[in-house]
Amino acid sequence: MTVAADAAPPGGAEHSWGRLERALRDRRDSGGKCFVPYLTGGLGDDWLETICAVAAAGADAIEIGVPFSDPVMDGTIIQQANDRALSEGATPQSILAEVRGASADIGVPTAVMTYANIAHHMGYERFASSLADAGVSGCILPDLPLEEVGEWAVCADAAGVETVLLAAPTAPDERLPRLCARSRGFVYSVGLMGITGVREALAASATRTAARIKAVTDMPVLVGVGVGTPAQAAEVCRVADGAVVGSAIVTRMLEGAGPDGVASLVAEFRAALDAAHS
Amino acid sequence: MGEPSADGRFGDFGGMFVPETLVPACQELDQAFRSAWGDPGFRGELDRLLRDYAGRPSPLTECPNLSTELGLRILLKREDLNHTGSHKINNVLGQALLARRMGKTSLVAETGAGQHGVATATAAALFSMDCIVYMGTVDIARQELNVFRMRLLGTEVRAAETGSRTLKDAVNEAMRHWVAVADTTHYCLGSVMGPHPYPWMVREFQRVVGEEARRQCAEILDGGVPDVVTAAVGGGSNAAGIFGGFADTGARLVGVEPAGGAAVGRAVPGIVHGSRSYLMQDEWGQVLEAESISAGLDYPGVGPEHSHLAATGRATYEQVTDAEVIEAFSLLSRTEGIIPALECAHALAWVSRARSDLAGLTVLLNLSGRGDKDVDQMMGILG
Repeated sequence: MTVAADAAPPGGAEHSWGRLERALRDRRDSGGKCFVPYLTGGLGDDWLETICAVAAAGADAIEIGVPFSDPVMDGTIIQQANDRALSEGATPQSILAEVRGASADIGVPTAVMTYANIAHHMGYERFASSLADAGVSGCILPDLPLEEVGEWAVCADAAGVETVLLAAPTAPDERLPRLCARSRGFVYSVGLMGITGVREALAASATRTAARIKAVTDMPVLVGVGVGTPAQAAEVCRVADGAVVGSAIVTRMLEGAGPDGVASLVAEFRAALDAAHS
Repeated sequence: MGEPSADGRFGDFGGMFVPETLVPACQELDQAFRSAWGDPGFRGELDRLLRDYAGRPSPLTECPNLSTELGLRILLKREDLNHTGSHKINNVLGQALLARRMGKTSLVAETGAGQHGVATATAAALFSMDCIVYMGTVDIARQELNVFRMRLLGTEVRAAETGSRTLKDAVNEAMRHWVAVADTTHYCLGSVMGPHPYPWMVREFQRVVGEEARRQCAEILDGGVPDVVTAAVGGGSNAAGIFGGFADTGARLVGVEPAGGAAVGRAVPGIVHGSRSYLMQDEWGQVLEAESISAGLDYPGVGPEHSHLAATGRATYEQVTDAEVIEAFSLLSRTEGIIPALECAHALAWVSRARSDLAGLTVLLNLSGRGDKDVDQMMGILG
């Protein structure tokens, strides 16, 4: 789980790779595309089983959402999932305890996605070490932009947790190299100006932003927000190294599809990416 | 109460805790506000609007009957007499003017009691801008009149149906809306909260309340200042405005929170809606739902500068119960013929409770809004 000293990157990159980044680089460097589904932690009785099933169905890594009461970057689907998980009693501690118990079964790297206050309230140092203890490789806190991430990033680095930063379509050119230099695991290229959710078509900004980021970094660049179908994932991966898909997956969870139902959707994404880019 | 640091901090509080997608919009706003605020042309135009459209300066009213009853000298800063009935218009005219200067064609806002929503809808009508206001469904039900006002003014009122369905959720929805349309739309935030530069900018737009009151007090107090300056605090814009005129004096500054929304009272810092400040939250950092009789103060957070003022001891923050607020609402109506908004009745509730400690002192109270909007609700309570 900790940063492996023997995984020193080739010249150019300045940090050593953690488990998340190694897994994504391996997929990319072997000519494939990365698929990272997002699942809401604590949603229903079988969410952990679902995570294991999704890993077996071809996810390269898994984002585990830790519900927050005020998820300003999320659309209605993930809001509903958050609310339901919270009302079912999910807490950061309960989710991490379960993930810790299952980390061998999950088998692929995981990253927790939540909001800054969850980490801030527990204390950045304690939250970072809780993630490491649970076997979680990465962390995404979308309301910590580059200007605010420093205090957290120091704690995350010390605990060996990879802090993934987001890059927006409106980021000026000069900002992108700075974002990439501070990001770990991968660079999360935001597909459109808006909140999470499934759209009818892929926004033009999705590939455009990914291309701008890829021009300034060797790290894996994955697009998320507004990527909702296997076809859209394949389309964005013409440029990007991979896709992050949340709302479409969580919709299945909310519908009660169960581990097999959610895994079959993940298998569709996997197949679409493999077919388009093998 | 000066400028925040370069990273938008008042001491340990403030900042710009927004997704990357909103960073450019906040930075653009920071630059635009700095430029406008230093431009005499902008200041002159805003001053003219405040005078000719909003009706400034608002009067300072002596309250002989109430003063006798409480055993102290009470002065009211009459923001209730502004156009649209509260202090909210000061901030909104500033932001609308700034939005136009930035080339934005639309406004989006959140509202609790509806006062900020009505003020924003008013400015949008005046400046011929499109306007969308998010309001929690709970608040829509208890502030029907203001919902109608906003619609009459040409604004689209959208229901915030998630979470507690009050002010905090309306802020979430407004931010979610803004992120997708920030190139054409200005987020007209209603209080001294949110990401930098909002806490600073909104306080500067509200500072006119304190500066006027300072001059008006000097006239009747032989050049002096009141012993105590008090105001209700939800997000804290009316308090920040009046404190801004007296922070460099010896006056005691007292913010008054609802007991069910006492972010400063609990003094636990947190991060939500773009800044680090005191925040009501559970043991895991989930934001709690504020509960107060006043929709305008139903907010679990507080502006970061108030947290700083509290942490440094420059201002103190008291908490009052709904029952004390109802009492104060009646008291001012009965003694002075002024029906206050439930928000500022909080400040009076504290003055009334603390009257023996305040005996003989001069107390300046920011009467931030009029109570017309609350009459229907109070009819149900007082019969």
